[in-house]
Amino acid sequence: MSENNTLLQVENLHTSFFTDNGEVRAVNGLTFRLDAGKTLGIVGESGSGKSVTAYSIMQILAETGRIVEGSVKFKGEDLTKWNAKQMQAFRGSKCSIIFQDPMTSLNPVFTIGYQLEEAILLHTDKTKKEAKERAIEMLTLVGVNEPEARVKQYPHELSGGMRQRVMIAMALACEPDILIADEPTTALDVTIQAQILELMQELQKKMGMAIIMVTHDLGVIASMCDEILVMYGGRVCERGTADAIFYHPAHEYTKGLLRSIPRADNMNERLVPIGGTPINLLQMPEGCAFCPRCDAAMKICLTQKPDEYRVGDDHLASCWMNVKELYDSQEENGNGE
Amino acid sequence: MANEAKTTSEYLLEVEHLKQYFPVRQGFHTVMLKAVDDVSFAIRPGETLGLVGESGCGKTTVGRSLLRLYQPTAGRITFDGKVLLDTGEQYDENGRPVLDASGKPVKGPAIEPDMFPFRRQMQMVFQDPYSSLNPRMTVEDIIGEPLDVHKLYSSKAERRDKILELMELVGLNAEHAMRYAHEFSGGQRQRIGIARALAVNPKFIVCDEAVSALDVSIQAQVVNMFEELQDKLGVAYLFIAHDLLVVHHISDRIAVMYLGKVVEIADADELNGSPIHPYTLSLLSAVPIPDPETARHSKRIVLEGDVPSPLNMPSGCPFRTRCRYATEQCAAEMPPLSDRGDGHMVACWNK
Ligand SMILES: Nc1ncnc2c1ncn2[C@@H]1O[C@H](COP(=O)(O)OP(=O)(O)OP(=O)(O)O)[C@@H](O)[C@H]1O
Ligand SMILES: Nc1ncnc2c1ncn2[C@@H]1O[C@H](COP(=O)(O)OP(=O)(O)OP(=O)(O)O)[C@@H](O)[C@H]1O
Ligand code: SF4
Ligand SMILES: [Mg+2]
Ligand SMILES: [Mg+2]
Repeated sequence: MSENNTLLQVENLHTSFFTDNGEVRAVNGLTFRLDAGKTLGIVGESGSGKSVTAYSIMQILAETGRIVEGSVKFKGEDLTKWNAKQMQAFRGSKCSIIFQDPMTSLNPVFTIGYQLEEAILLHTDKTKKEAKERAIEMLTLVGVNEPEARVKQYPHELSGGMRQRVMIAMALACEPDILIADEPTTALDVTIQAQILELMQELQKKMGMAIIMVTHDLGVIASMCDEILVMYGGRVCERGTADAIFYHPAHEYTKGLLRSIPRADNMNERLVPIGGTPINLLQMPEGCAFCPRCDAAMKICLTQKPDEYRVGDDHLASCWMNVKELYDSQEENGNGE
Repeated sequence: MANEAKTTSEYLLEVEHLKQYFPVRQGFHTVMLKAVDDVSFAIRPGETLGLVGESGCGKTTVGRSLLRLYQPTAGRITFDGKVLLDTGEQYDENGRPVLDASGKPVKGPAIEPDMFPFRRQMQMVFQDPYSSLNPRMTVEDIIGEPLDVHKLYSSKAERRDKILELMELVGLNAEHAMRYAHEFSGGQRQRIGIARALAVNPKFIVCDEAVSALDVSIQAQVVNMFEELQDKLGVAYLFIAHDLLVVHHISDRIAVMYLGKVVEIADADELNGSPIHPYTLSLLSAVPIPDPETARHSKRIVLEGDVPSPLNMPSGCPFRTRCRYATEQCAAEMPPLSDRGDGHMVACWNK
C-alpha cells in the first residue's frame, strides 16, 4: 500500500477534559488511518467520544480539553506540534467540519448569506462577487430553494434541516482535502439526505476528498463507507467493512446495537435497548469498558482490557469472546484429531 | 369568562384552521412566508400523533405555535376543554371561511388567555438541543428550573431526588448532575432536554426530533420510556420526526404535512399499509431499510418538477407541481381533508 496516499493518521489518541469534578477521559487510545478519496464511518454510543475525536483532529476542543497523549498526523506531519497559526490555515482550507449542532457554528446575529460569503472569502482566493455567486450555488446544490431570498434570512428563521444544509454548504464551499461530517443528516428527510450524500460523493470523486462520517444512521454508513469504526467508552471496540460489521458483528456492544433498531417486523413490540447505565468517564472500568453492561461477560473481562483480535479479513474486534471462541474451536479440532 | 367554561370532548387537544405566517423581506417589499397554512388536527388523551414531512414543511412551526411560543396568525386551539387561542374567524362545515355580504371574513370575539397555567401541562422537547439549553447552567439547574417555576417540591432534598430520578429515566449518570450543559455530547444534551420537559408531569408533550441525535440503542431506551410514561400517566404526544420507522413505531396515528398543509391523517398501520395521498406514497417509498445490502441497491426516489417554496406557494393543491395525477381542478382549488373511512383523512381531488 502506498504510504503517501495516507492523508490522516491518528495514533493512540487520548483526549481528556479537566473539570471541577475530575478528569473526564473522553478518548482513550484511538488509532486509525484515513486515505485520500476514502470514507471512514464512525458509529458508537452517545457519549462514546465521536465528536471529541473530531474536535481533537481540528484542535477546537473546549478550554478544559487537551490531547494528553498520542499523535494526529496530516500527510506525515504531527498536527499536535503545530502552532495556532498553522492550525488556523489547516482548518477550513485543508479540513472542514460539519458540526452536529448547526447553532454551534452559525452566528445568530448575521444573515446566512453573510456567513457563507465570509467563510468562502477566508478560505479561498475568490473575490467578493465570486463568493456571493458561490454561496448561492452551494445553497442550490444542498437543496435550499429560493436561495436569493434565503441568504437574507437569519439562522433562527430557517427550519432545523435548512440550518443543517447551510452548514454543509459552508463546509463544502471551501473544497477541503478532508471533510469531517458529524451527524450531518440527522435533521434531514430521506430525499434530501440522498441528495446531500450524492453531492459529497461527487466532490470526493472530483477532488479525492477524504470523509470522516460520524453517524448512527445505518443506511448512511452502508451506502457511503469503506471502513467503519465502532466506538465505546472512547476506544474502538470493532472495525471492519459495513458487511462485516452488520452481518458478522464480533463485539457484544455492536451486537446489542444491531438488536435495538426499529424494523418493519417489530412495530408493535418494545424495542430492545442495551441494558445498564452508560459508562462513567470519570471512573473507567479496569477491564473491558463494556463489561458492566455485557450479558456475556467473563471473569477476565473485569480485570483486563482486551486487545484487538483479527476475526476476519479487514475485520478486528476487541472482545474476549472472540479469544474464547478461538480456544473452543481449537480444542474441538484438537479433540477431533 | 367564556374560556373557563369546560366543554366535554373526546380530545385533549384540538387545533382548527391554524395559520402561522412570517414576514420576509424580498427585494424592496415584504412578503408573507406561509409556514403553516390552515392546519387542523386533534389528539386524544394518552395518544401519540406522529407528524412527518419534508424538511421545511412547517412541523416545528406547528409545535411552537400551538404552545403559543409564536403568536399564531389565525386559528383556534382548545386544550383539555379550555380555549388556548381563538382569533375569531368563522368557518362553515366545508372548512371555508364565512364571509359577510361585502366579502369580508366574519369574525367572532378573539380569545387569548394567559398561557402560564397551561405551561405546566404542555411541554416541548426542542429540535436544537444546543440553543435550547443554557450552556452556563448545570444539568441539575436546567432540569430543576421548571420545578422551581411551578413550585413543585417541598424541600431541597425532594428537588434533588426528583432530578436524579428524571436523569436516570433518560439514561444519564447521577454524576452528570453538577456538570454544565456545554460539557455534554449531542445525544446527552438531547436527553437533558427530554428530562426537563418531563419534570413537571405534563399531559401533553411536543417531541420535535427528540430522538434524532441518539444512537439506536439509546433511541430504543428513550422511545420505550415515552411509551411507558404514556401507559402509566396517560401523556399525549405530538411526535415530530423524519425517521419514518421510529414514527411508525411510536405513533397511534400519523399526520403527513406538505408545504404548510396537512395532506393525510390516518391510523399508523393504515397509513403505512395503504397510503392514499400521492405525496405520502412517494414519502413511504423512500424509507431506508437498516441493512447494508438493501441500502446499497435502493434507488432514491426523485419527485418530478420544481420543489415549491413557502415564499411562493402554488395555487390550489400545494403538491400539484410535482404530482403525477394533477388535473385542472388541482390548480384551481385546495382539496379539503375528507374522510375515506375510519377516520382516514386525505386532501386530494383525484385519489
Ligand atoms: N467540554 C467538556 N467538558 C467535559 N466533558 C466533556 C466535554 N465535552 C465532551 N465531554 C464528554 O466527553 C464524552 C464524549 O463526548 P462526545 O461529544 O465526543 O460524544 P459523542 O460520541 O459525539 O456522542 P453523541 O453521539 O451523543 O454526540 C461525553 O461523555 C461528554 O460528556
Ligand atoms: N421565525 C421565523 N421567521 C421566518 N421564517 C420562519 C421562522 N420560523 C420558521 N420559518 C420558516 O417556516 C418554514 C417552516 O419551518 P419549520 O421549522 O416549521 O420546518 P420543519 O418542518 O420543522 O423542518 P425541519 O424538518 O427542517 O426541521 C421554513 O420555510 C422556515 O424558513
Ligand atoms: S389534489 Fe391533485 S395535485 Fe394534489 S395530490 Fe391530489 S391529484 Fe395531486
Ligand atoms: Mg457527538
Ligand atoms: Mg423542524
